[in-house]
Amino acid sequence: MKINNFNWKIGGPAGFGVMSSGLMFAKACSRAGLFIHDYSEYPSLIRGGHNTYQVYVSEKQVHSQRKIVDLLVALNEQSIIEHLDELVKGSGVICDSAKVLFDKKSLKKKGIMLFDVPFNKIAKEVGGDEIMRNTVTLGATMALTKHDFKYLEKIINDQFSDKDKSIASQNIKAARAGFDFIKENYNIDSFDFFLQAQNNKPQMVVTANDTIALGALNAGCKFYAAYPMTPASSILHTLAARGPKHGMVVRHAEDEISVINMAQGASTAGVRSMVATSGGGFALMMEGFSLAGITETALVVVEVMRSGPATGLPTWTDQGDLKFVLGAGHGEFDRVIFAPGDQEEAFYLTELAFNITEIIQSPVIVLSDKYISESHLSIPFFDTKKIGIDRGKILTETEAKKLGDKYKRYQLTKDGISPRALPGQEGVRIFLNSDEHDEMGYSEESIQNRLDQVAKRAKKIKAAGKLLPPAKLYGDKTAKITLVGWGSVKGPILDAMQNQDLKKKVNYVHFPMVAPLPANTKNILAKSKKIVLIETNSQAQFADVLRAGTGIEVDHKILRFDGRPFYQSELVKEINKI
Amino acid sequence: MKKPNDFNTTHEPTWCPGCGNFGLWGAFKQALAELDIPRHKIFGSYGIGCSSNGANFTKINVFHGLHGRPLPVAEGVKMANHDLTVIALGGDGDGFGEGGNHFMHACRANHDIAYFVHDNQIYGLTTGQTSPTSAKGIKSKSNPLGAIDRPVNPIALALSLGATFVARGFTGDIPHLAKLMKAAIKHKGFGFVDILQPCFTFNKHNTHQYFRERVYKLAGNDTSDFDKAQKLAREWDREDKIPLGIFFQNESEPVFHEQLPQLTKETLIKKKLPVNLKPDFQSYI
Ligand SMILES: Cc1ncc(C[n+]2csc(CCOP(=O)(O)OP(=O)(O)O)c2C)c(N)n1
Ligand code: SF4
Repeated sequence: MKINNFNWKIGGPAGFGVMSSGLMFAKACSRAGLFIHDYSEYPSLIRGGHNTYQVYVSEKQVHSQRKIVDLLVALNEQSIIEHLDELVKGSGVICDSAKVLFDKKSLKKKGIMLFDVPFNKIAKEVGGDEIMRNTVTLGATMALTKHDFKYLEKIINDQFSDKDKSIASQNIKAARAGFDFIKENYNIDSFDFFLQAQNNKPQMVVTANDTIALGALNAGCKFYAAYPMTPASSILHTLAARGPKHGMVVRHAEDEISVINMAQGASTAGVRSMVATSGGGFALMMEGFSLAGITETALVVVEVMRSGPATGLPTWTDQGDLKFVLGAGHGEFDRVIFAPGDQEEAFYLTELAFNITEIIQSPVIVLSDKYISESHLSIPFFDTKKIGIDRGKILTETEAKKLGDKYKRYQLTKDGISPRALPGQEGVRIFLNSDEHDEMGYSEESIQNRLDQVAKRAKKIKAAGKLLPPAKLYGDKTAKITLVGWGSVKGPILDAMQNQDLKKKVNYVHFPMVAPLPANTKNILAKSKKIVLIETNSQAQFADVLRAGTGIEVDHKILRFDGRPFYQSELVKEINKI
Repeated sequence: MKKPNDFNTTHEPTWCPGCGNFGLWGAFKQALAELDIPRHKIFGSYGIGCSSNGANFTKINVFHGLHGRPLPVAEGVKMANHDLTVIALGGDGDGFGEGGNHFMHACRANHDIAYFVHDNQIYGLTTGQTSPTSAKGIKSKSNPLGAIDRPVNPIALALSLGATFVARGFTGDIPHLAKLMKAAIKHKGFGFVDILQPCFTFNKHNTHQYFRERVYKLAGNDTSDFDKAQKLAREWDREDKIPLGIFFQNESEPVFHEQLPQLTKETLIKKKLPVNLKPDFQSYI
């Protein structure tokens, strides 16, 4: 009997509601006090193609998806063919043999249980439309896992709350029919998986794009500009929907060049501003990013990586932009790059990014990727007071007025950071200049001035000092093998470390920031006997970054660069080989 | 009341003697003085070019940004603080070449900003290459055999894109140009003025003399008549006569920020930073 440890997957063509059913099932579980991680795969198409959505459910906090599927909902034949190797003895398949042709015998031979549900017919008869076939399969899933139907009913009601009431009630009928069909035609106890509600705090089911958006809102960000690009687009959608009621202006501008310049206009006027894009859009932003460096404009830039080069694999994950982002923008100024490891880190790091960018008056990057930005994790509500708001050396109206004509936007100070007045404040003139400039802002090319301004900009990062996130050690300090990773590899690594098949003693050093390298980098790796870098790119880019920053060489690399994230089981296999 | 020279900075202009930018600068300062807006409430967003070097010589709030990008910066400033009077300035290469896409979308967005293009029909700061408004056949460093492309017609372009204020000025007539600039700044919406600004050093074709012989001031034209405006916009191409003045104005079109409900009560910069996210968290359950 397997209680509260269950991996579910639904597959079908785009347009079949794979994504919405996946999220509904995830929530039907998390609302029952269970923990979920979900992961979806889809090609860059609107219709056709093969979409999948998998939800791993557990009674403990989970961090990543799992390979072996316990129950597969196959909306088409391809779903069975493509995922047959993920099914094992005892796994189940829900399919509609009236519509799907496949080799039933080979499934039986593997010990896979077949639940033949005429979901197309049921959807049409009960719901009135075949489109509800996915809802029928959700009902069937609830029956097979002995999960309380009320969780599904509630989520369906919520899902369609903004639509005509009949839509929710038809969907509930369809789900109920799927639920009843299983109960009437199969012995549900023969399927050995049970989902039982637990008493837990309410949990959000969120992607890192959701939490980046929420983090920005909590930081008091009031201006967001973007041009749609997968996998960053859902930040735009979320903020366009939620931002205005928090006073935010969201602008879908004509291109990414406009986006980054416009956001600097808003920031110059005194508003906390953010932009987000993926690699291609960020490439277009390069000159504007550099502009923020020399004009000393506060700005949070989110880059959600997908596989490049160029259009690459638009809907697949990758950490291949690391060096590109490290070198973003021409000219010299300090790059600050946060790399959230999961959906929770993404919230707090985004918030922190707003403080850091205003403290050092230089842009800050939040580097995410498709994997965490589109995968949901169940997490408790965030502590909205944890980070707080620090606007740095921004002047009040009275302070500005006092300075009057003496005000210098680029005043040379001890820490390199100059007081920041805002346009509209009486008495002062704000002069931001992309030319090298003197303290007042005037274009100035003399030798001493150039040396002074370069030195000034170089000093500023120190003011961020202790606020910057350190590298973090997970697991036993004395382990012989130290896994090293940054950003989204965190989840699969943490799960691999808990995996019973892991034969080696390992710990993990996680980098939530890749530039500058955390101050404790050398220390935390000082005792490591064997360093194993885990990264989703082909060139092990972080190995170079680590060597350049600390002289530390990694001993072994585990890389994946086929657009897919690591699975804990694969990591375990690779680590065991070391 | 301010005087134009109140807008001088400690820095003297660095333009070539005889450059049309002097006239443009003079007219701009006169317009600002006459508008009598407190200096700290004026924001100039400049691109990069000879034209945009005016950032150093004009005592208003200034963002001297990138080549081609004064418009997005101006729009960002305006959305963040619509109490400010925001003016974008740049060259013809800046506005119709590098920043062409921004011009197209600024016209249709109708932000309440003014946009002054120093149109010298040449790239000045990079020492004389063909610009998007260079006449066909004009020889330059980048097209020694003469420009193959036909020039952009900024007036016709702005009209076709839905700009709500479209005017042409000439740096050789400062009082008239100042009047146009004032009207553009006062205009509720996107106030576009294409300004004929002879480049003494690199444009040997479109000289002061050239313009003197061709310009005339529009008088009594119905600026609400879009079709007539379109016809007038073509006059320079067809008849070698160059009308100056307001071609078209429409103030019935709502401006961008007024269509954002969150900005009806206060400017964006006045919003309180802390928000209550509890309902949002709740909705993710
Ligand atoms: C991205 C970029 N490309 C090229 C340049 C070089 N550049 C500076 S000004 C300029 C053109 C100037 O022509 P225009 O915009 O018409 O202004 P003018 O100097 O004539 O006033 C160019 C190409 C630059 N600064 N940035
Ligand atoms: S190069 Fe032309 S536009 Fe530039 S300052 Fe000289 S005359 Fe004026």
